[in-house]
Amino acid sequence: MHEFSYEAPTTVEQAVKLLSSDGDSARVICGGTDLLIQMRNAVRKPKLLVDVKSIPEMREISFDPKTGLRLGAAVPCIEIHENEAMRRHYPGLTEAAHLIGSLQIQSRASIGGNLCNASPAADTSPALLALNATAKIVGPNGSREVPVEKFFSGPGKNVLQRGELVTQILIAAPPPHTSDRYLRMIPRNEMDIAIVGAGACVTLDGDKVKAVRIGLGAVAPTPILAPKAAEYLIGKKLDEKTAERAGELAREHAVPIDDMRGTAEYRVHVVGVLTKRALLGAAERARQN
Amino acid sequence: MAKKSLVETTINGEQVEFLCEPRQSLLESLRDVLGLTGSKEGCLTGDCGACTVLVDGRPVCSCLMLGVEARGKKITTVEGLAEGTRLHPLQQKFLEDASLQCGICTPGFLMSAKSLLDRNPNPTEAEIRYALAGNLCRCTGYDKIVRAVQDAARVIQGR
Repeated sequence: MHEFSYEAPTTVEQAVKLLSSDGDSARVICGGTDLLIQMRNAVRKPKLLVDVKSIPEMREISFDPKTGLRLGAAVPCIEIHENEAMRRHYPGLTEAAHLIGSLQIQSRASIGGNLCNASPAADTSPALLALNATAKIVGPNGSREVPVEKFFSGPGKNVLQRGELVTQILIAAPPPHTSDRYLRMIPRNEMDIAIVGAGACVTLDGDKVKAVRIGLGAVAPTPILAPKAAEYLIGKKLDEKTAERAGELAREHAVPIDDMRGTAEYRVHVVGVLTKRALLGAAERARQN
Repeated sequence: MAKKSLVETTINGEQVEFLCEPRQSLLESLRDVLGLTGSKEGCLTGDCGACTVLVDGRPVCSCLMLGVEARGKKITTVEGLAEGTRLHPLQQKFLEDASLQCGICTPGFLMSAKSLLDRNPNPTEAEIRYALAGNLCRCTGYDKIVRAVQDAARVIQGR
């Protein structure tokens, strides 16, 4: 690996200062499970790594029934899975985080890193889109909040400007009869990159759909929403038939590529299957809330 | 050469200080700086698990962690498993059950298995296989490895 310096600030302000001071050649490191491989392959050559794991607010998981969730960007995936409030209130996001790599990887890989790495196939991204999550961003010009649906700007690209970092992910408390589900298809049983990922968050009013969001991964240059499918479901009973139709509508949003994991045609097909199953799974959980 | 950093950490229960460059992984720091060559280098991409060590009790690929990140942590490597000349039950059962062929993957498997048994002393076979899923054995000895973990769990629980 090339030579670089390393700092581990304990406040966001220090981190922003470090990231701003070294222009475009400074980079945040959390788990390093993407970054260190990119550096070893000389895909990225930062001169300074800013380790944000010692910043308390970036390690926080706090849920409040009124104000919702504040999830530190540096929280490793395994801590999401181990957190009772996460499992109870955001089971779809929790299962997405628990699908990323092995336990070794989950012990290091962070939720914020999965977001900022901006892989079109990132597992937590469709789940965050379904939950209408917001990224809290802090930089040299203060802080701003960007909805996850506006965070990605291309494969591996996001809206962060020089000196900025995501400090927390904010999610509203789920309204009554709301829950989420994330499913993905991979070519093997475990530990691979998604051919398709589908996240759904459903709010029920009696047996009718009051609100729903569907996020899709690995079928476009960035993780995307499937609004046509969501709009169709509003006011309808969510059953096999309507979920099937929503899956068909979700397919219209998919613009995948062929790669070694699957053909574009196959991915489009799987979008329908996973969307249907994620919707039915989220609804089943929502009925119990 | 880049400036070296002083890292104060705990390795296998002992307080240790070492010097490393930021670009040196924890695996390189353990092997090349500290002479702890039990942890093996396999893929360098976090896929094979041969370099697995425990960091504050959690299994981590030491190839995907920097040596400087070990500051203030508690690291356990395969060298920390045995007590003196007395092997850890996992090591003993890996030997008795012939759970290794070439042996390169073994230290990683032992550490993942230790992490599992520390948390869950009586795991099901599915739980064992899940906990070991981040460790690859190219001699394909998985069944014997799983059996050794089951046997070690029995020993640890005094069954």
